[in-house]
Amino acid sequence: MAVLADRRGDAAIASARARDRRRNRRRRIPLLPALLFTIVVTQIPFLLTIYYSLQSYSLYNPFARHFAGLHNYTLIFTDPIFRTALLNTVILTVVPVLLSLLLGLGIALLLDRKVLGRGLLRTLIVSPFLVMPAAAALVWKFTLLDTQFGLINWVLSPFGVNHTDWINNHAKETIITVLTWQWTPFMMLILLAGLQSQSGDVLEAARVDGAGGWQIFRRMTLPHLRQYMELGIVLGSIYIVQAFDAIFMITSGGPGQQTTNIPYYLYETAFRSFDIGRASAMGVVVVVITIVIATFALRTISGLFSEQGMEGRL
Amino acid sequence: MAAAAAAVTVAGLAACASSSSSGQASGQQTITVAVVNNPQMIDIQKLTPKGFSASHPNIKVKYVTLDENTLRDQVTKDVAAGGGQFDVVMIGPYEVPTWAKNHWIDDLSSFAAKDAAYDVNDLIKPIRDSLSVGGKLYASPFYGESSFLMYRKDLLAKAGLTMPAHPTWDQVAAMAKKLNEPGKGMAGICLRGKTGWGENLAPLDTVVNTFGGQWYDMSWNAHLTSPAFEKATNFYVNLIKAAGEPGAGNFSFNECANAMMQQKAAMWYDATVGASVIDAPGSPIAGKLGYAPAPVELTKNSGWLWSWALAIESSSKHKDAAWTYISWATSKQYIQYAGKQLGWASVPPGSRYSTYSNPSYKKAAGAFATPTLNEINGVNVSHPGVSPQPYVGVQYVGIPEFEDLGTRVSQEITAAIAGQETVAQALTKSQGYAVPVGQAHKSG
Repeated sequence: MAVLADRRGDAAIASARARDRRRNRRRRIPLLPALLFTIVVTQIPFLLTIYYSLQSYSLYNPFARHFAGLHNYTLIFTDPIFRTALLNTVILTVVPVLLSLLLGLGIALLLDRKVLGRGLLRTLIVSPFLVMPAAAALVWKFTLLDTQFGLINWVLSPFGVNHTDWINNHAKETIITVLTWQWTPFMMLILLAGLQSQSGDVLEAARVDGAGGWQIFRRMTLPHLRQYMELGIVLGSIYIVQAFDAIFMITSGGPGQQTTNIPYYLYETAFRSFDIGRASAMGVVVVVITIVIATFALRTISGLFSEQGMEGRL
Repeated sequence: MAAAAAAVTVAGLAACASSSSSGQASGQQTITVAVVNNPQMIDIQKLTPKGFSASHPNIKVKYVTLDENTLRDQVTKDVAAGGGQFDVVMIGPYEVPTWAKNHWIDDLSSFAAKDAAYDVNDLIKPIRDSLSVGGKLYASPFYGESSFLMYRKDLLAKAGLTMPAHPTWDQVAAMAKKLNEPGKGMAGICLRGKTGWGENLAPLDTVVNTFGGQWYDMSWNAHLTSPAFEKATNFYVNLIKAAGEPGAGNFSFNECANAMMQQKAAMWYDATVGASVIDAPGSPIAGKLGYAPAPVELTKNSGWLWSWALAIESSSKHKDAAWTYISWATSKQYIQYAGKQLGWASVPPGSRYSTYSNPSYKKAAGAFATPTLNEINGVNVSHPGVSPQPYVGVQYVGIPEFEDLGTRVSQEITAAIAGQETVAQALTKSQGYAVPVGQAHKSG
């Protein structure tokens, strides 16, 4: 009897599970259009890109299109400019991300305190993030950094800095500055949210136990901010690795190839050389590299910042 | 990605534009015209509502104005992919042969033949020839230009200098160094340094030609590291460093025109059309300018030849409306109209003989009218330098790959001007870009 009852129970559970599964499937139906849309706008273009990357296809020579096998990939891996662009992409991503994270942390800590006009300050500090990147780039290029009429040269002229061609003599630094300026508010907002979610009781308890300000920051605030910093680094890297507007508007990738990053080089290959085959192959290579790096970077970062790692270090 | 997003946005906007045009009163058409942001093109946009739209209520003209480099990217992308975003595009002698061969633009001769008032033979011959393939006109010149030296007569006189009738580059360099006064914010000469084959390579290539250098010899061997090419490039870069405008790496036509008008440069070697900007009424230095032919070394002439001309995209759906617009914008009547509205000195020059026989133009532009015409007539586009060349073009190499190759080389030149690398380094890299392109032409 007992066995039978058990069996009956099992059957009941099994049928309940099947019912659940059916219900779940029904519940997912409304998501289908979104899924289809995502496939149409991301996966089909990617497949097309792979198809184009195997062709010798130049818009300038529309009648000579033919299958080229892996020729485009050979071209890319033997192309010194592609390697330069890859290195530039790393520099122009890592440096702005870290700088804006540090600056963002500093400003967030200041704004977390009670200061007069905190709301106004916060709005002002966020504004670089709200300005259209192209407009901001033009302001940097002409209003601030221009050799003859730029404000920076004017402000520095009493100190003997005069007619400095910032954009061409310090191209990488210029782009890094603009990107950092633009992304600091983003980091600040994320970290400020983290700071404001820290419970006051815990901090008060720490103070009662005799912890100093620095100790509290190192042992409590920073570990608490870990997730927020991770999020900032990941999102920031995803956006900044595609930096295009500032480079296109301010330096056009130059002088030489000093500020040519992968997105800009891809643009040049596709829309100036009109070599669709090579540009597509480059796109495919970049996607592969990004997936590999993203996987490793995410793992390393979360290892670095995990509670244990943090405690081990501090 | 940003570029792709931008392209999608632009395409979206274009789609909006075309749908709005079909939605309006029957027969009304909108044509989209892509132009370079040079002063004469800004002028025609101001004159279009009264000068054109008033008499052609069925044709709505929408302008897209871009700087030279962006315009090239956008327009080439559009015609090559058959995007149909633009109906009328502004191009020049470099684009016409390839584009005509690829059937990206339409032959205008048949339109012009039907249009008696549009006097094709009045178009200045070297300019017209540079825009024709197989005797058929593919783009109508809005203006035509060569290059020459513009200088401040008053400043030269003050410094006790006289401009020779046919100056050499060495003479010009010596004068530029005397006129250069960085303490007073006055540069001896303004020369283009901005990246872009149509930007810094244009004047530099004319210098290379007259110094005896060339890009390719008759069997397509690249010669960017030849002694003559290197000597010319060193000369150009050193002249900018010694007596050029500060921050030259960002300077091109519009920036130099501004520097001249703000009295920050004493001489300017650039397009002849520059005179119509800086020597026009309203310019603070109007009337103070003298003009000399493009400076030379080993050749007799060294001016370039260019024209910003209007062509009809083959994928356009409003070709008749597009021709109606082009035949107005490049007509004698437009030049008359612009002369009356804006003053004769600033009308689009170098496109029509009738402009140069017009008494009002001769009076207003007397200082630079004849020098411009002489320079244009003196250009030999198939043999501008000392040695023969297998390609057409003075300040460019007339092959499709040059858009990419020229941009690469011009990036290196900007780096050399900014002192980021030596001229020898820049040219060694450039030679590396140029050799494979030459190889392709050898086998092809």
